[in-house]
Amino acid sequence: MSDLHTEIAIVGAGPAGLAAALAVCEHGRAACLIDDNPKPGGQIWRAGLTAGSRSATNREAWLTNPAIPAELTARLARVEGLRVLPAARVVATQNAGSLLLEDASQARYLHYQKLIVASGARELLLPFPGWTLPGVTGAGGLQALVKQGLDVSGKRIVLAGSGPLLLASAATLRAAGAQVLLIAEQAASRQLAGFVWSLRHWPAKLAQAARLRWALRGVPYRAGSHVLAALGKERLQSVRLQQGQHVRELACDWLGVGFGLVPNTELLQALGCALQDGSAKVDALLQCSQPNVFAVGEACGIGGVDKALLEGRMAGLAAAGQVEAAQALIPARAHQLRFAAQLAHHFSLDPAIRQLADAQTLVCRCEDVRHGDLLAYNNWREAKLQTRCGMGACQGRICGAACATLYGWPVTGSRPPIQPTRLGSLLQLETTEAPSS
Amino acid sequence: MTVDVLIIGAGIIGSAVAEACARRGLCVQVLEAGIPAAGTTAAGMGHLVVLDDNPAELALSRDGLARWQARQHALPSQAEYRACGTLWLARDDEEMAEAERKQILLRQHGLDSQLLTADELRRCEPALVNGLAGALRRPDEAVLYPPVASRWLLSQAEALGAVLLRNAEVNCVNDEGEVSLSDGRTLRAANIIVAAGNQSTRLVPGLPLKPRKGQLLITERYPATVHHQLVELGYIRSAHTNDGDSVAFNVQPRATGQLLIGSSRQYNDLDSGLNWPLLQRMLARACEYLPGLLALQALRSWTGFRPATPDKLPLLGRVPGCQRLWLATGHEGLGITTALASGELLADLLCNTRPSLDPHPYDPARFDTWTAATPIQAVEAATC
Repeated sequence: MSDLHTEIAIVGAGPAGLAAALAVCEHGRAACLIDDNPKPGGQIWRAGLTAGSRSATNREAWLTNPAIPAELTARLARVEGLRVLPAARVVATQNAGSLLLEDASQARYLHYQKLIVASGARELLLPFPGWTLPGVTGAGGLQALVKQGLDVSGKRIVLAGSGPLLLASAATLRAAGAQVLLIAEQAASRQLAGFVWSLRHWPAKLAQAARLRWALRGVPYRAGSHVLAALGKERLQSVRLQQGQHVRELACDWLGVGFGLVPNTELLQALGCALQDGSAKVDALLQCSQPNVFAVGEACGIGGVDKALLEGRMAGLAAAGQVEAAQALIPARAHQLRFAAQLAHHFSLDPAIRQLADAQTLVCRCEDVRHGDLLAYNNWREAKLQTRCGMGACQGRICGAACATLYGWPVTGSRPPIQPTRLGSLLQLETTEAPSS
Repeated sequence: MTVDVLIIGAGIIGSAVAEACARRGLCVQVLEAGIPAAGTTAAGMGHLVVLDDNPAELALSRDGLARWQARQHALPSQAEYRACGTLWLARDDEEMAEAERKQILLRQHGLDSQLLTADELRRCEPALVNGLAGALRRPDEAVLYPPVASRWLLSQAEALGAVLLRNAEVNCVNDEGEVSLSDGRTLRAANIIVAAGNQSTRLVPGLPLKPRKGQLLITERYPATVHHQLVELGYIRSAHTNDGDSVAFNVQPRATGQLLIGSSRQYNDLDSGLNWPLLQRMLARACEYLPGLLALQALRSWTGFRPATPDKLPLLGRVPGCQRLWLATGHEGLGITTALASGELLADLLCNTRPSLDPHPYDPARFDTWTAATPIQAVEAATC
């Protein structure tokens, strides 16, 4: 299979990646946009089942996703020089300037001059007794399942954890006919009030929060409340919650729990880009520590869709050589970063959340490693070597963040490939040299 | 307090030496700069195998295997000891003749093996490519998971009174029985054993030891399709070349259902990153023998460095010209198999008892470079 070449490769077709692609192509440069989903939109604009052909390879059909703002879609449909590679995953970075991509049928190299990583974030899932029962899932995960066709109409659902994602999930679930019994936010009401007060600096976000709350009118939203255990024999039957000083149990069919978001940095790490506090370390124009690599959106710090769109645009401009235009956006980005800081501050985790697991609670689901098995260790590497924690199919994507939160272990030493890859794909040899830049 | 034995390095060799010394009633301290069993020990396959390139290698690996076999039931289940046996695969008549030669040699040393015809091999391992000439089966060989086995040995030593000192980074050692740590402390012992793998050269300059890089890849879990550790007979040629990069087919079925795929050997590459062209060569070789591998999911690959001596035999004994300073390193790719044998041998030498194996082939003094230099002065001058 012959290699692909592009000026600017963009990994991730969520808000940040789409904005980057638009900025690049509107300034006459060629971009190649790669996403591991069949449709664009990322997590926040995840396409529903009705969103056009899922195997679309032509750009216009691929772009059909009503969750994406129409203006963005329309502009992306018009630009020249944009190539899309849906349902493809970056599996390795053998040489500077090239990515090994794998899709269902083939593996090939993509050679680039500049790379924009918009790899997004995943949910922070923390172990508590019963969290592996069928019926328990991530809060965002449950939202995604519903968008992909899970029928929740009439189902009783409890959402628990932390952050604005709980509200967004609740709105989707409610619109799908579910009965959302409770949203349990671990942050104290004082923290929440502080967050809402801070929103006066971001009126659009305040309006959005108000719209969400209106859509969720009648749904109890309890601050200072967290899950203690999911109960049930074969399947979830009820959830036990701490609400202030009280413990209560609620019968339900689904429990969605998410404690916030964790940046996806595997590709950045494979490229040798430095991280800071778990996300990509970038300069004012989103450049990583490695030359010609940019990180945008959640990958360089959790901050939501507006930050992602802006950073995508900035990196796209910078990569396309429009440095002044990119620099002009620095103050706007500073405003978004202040919002990100508010999010992190007001939704910081109650220390009690770190104490939910008991000795029998699984921490690593892939390798069946329990909380009690890990207590003898004081670092990730040793725990991993001795218990196999993080050595399974997800390669520590879930339990690594959990261990970092529960035990304070920095997760070190990610190893290629970036995602599980067919052996045949790794045998793919580069057929042409990367053009010298 | 002066201990009897101070061991530098808590890999599988240091742990085995510690356990053997503690069992003899010696007062033992083990120093570890990083994480126990996280160096070469953690990077290897954990194949317990008798190699017969020379009589000394055969003697040490046979003794090591027998000791693991004897203790297999004491190992924790997480050590994943499995007596899956080894199949040495012959591609053609020439390699089949090599298999026959190997069988005769092993029999002379009391080791059982069976020659398999092409048909027998196909029935025994149907996932292998058609057209192989046959194989030699070594039924009693085994595999284990080295980090847990190593840590178990150390905990056995600890139960006998040995003490593990963590975060103990050694700056220098001397033949007065002194060990200086980077935090400024000086520890004293009647004997010091350097079992720090490739790091040993930092403490004992002039050590004839070179890191020999290897790469491995592990798949996701699958229902068992491979039943033995599979090694091509050409492996010996790869393992015993002294220069150039080489690959050989070597696949291990793990207790988890994963397949561990090796192997490669490289000198002069000190970068711990993957060498992709060599990985591709290694995988291509593996797929020649097991075509079904192409469709499996690769989960993770990594590199490691074998501490290799010029003659591929370990360094077990006193540093030449020294009284209190000992070596237990240089096991190349056989450190897991030979750990228990090495521990016993060194403990016997330390206690002045007659070892069950002839220690001379492993004596560090066998290398000329040592007699030319005056090592201990070099140690003091270079490091203290």
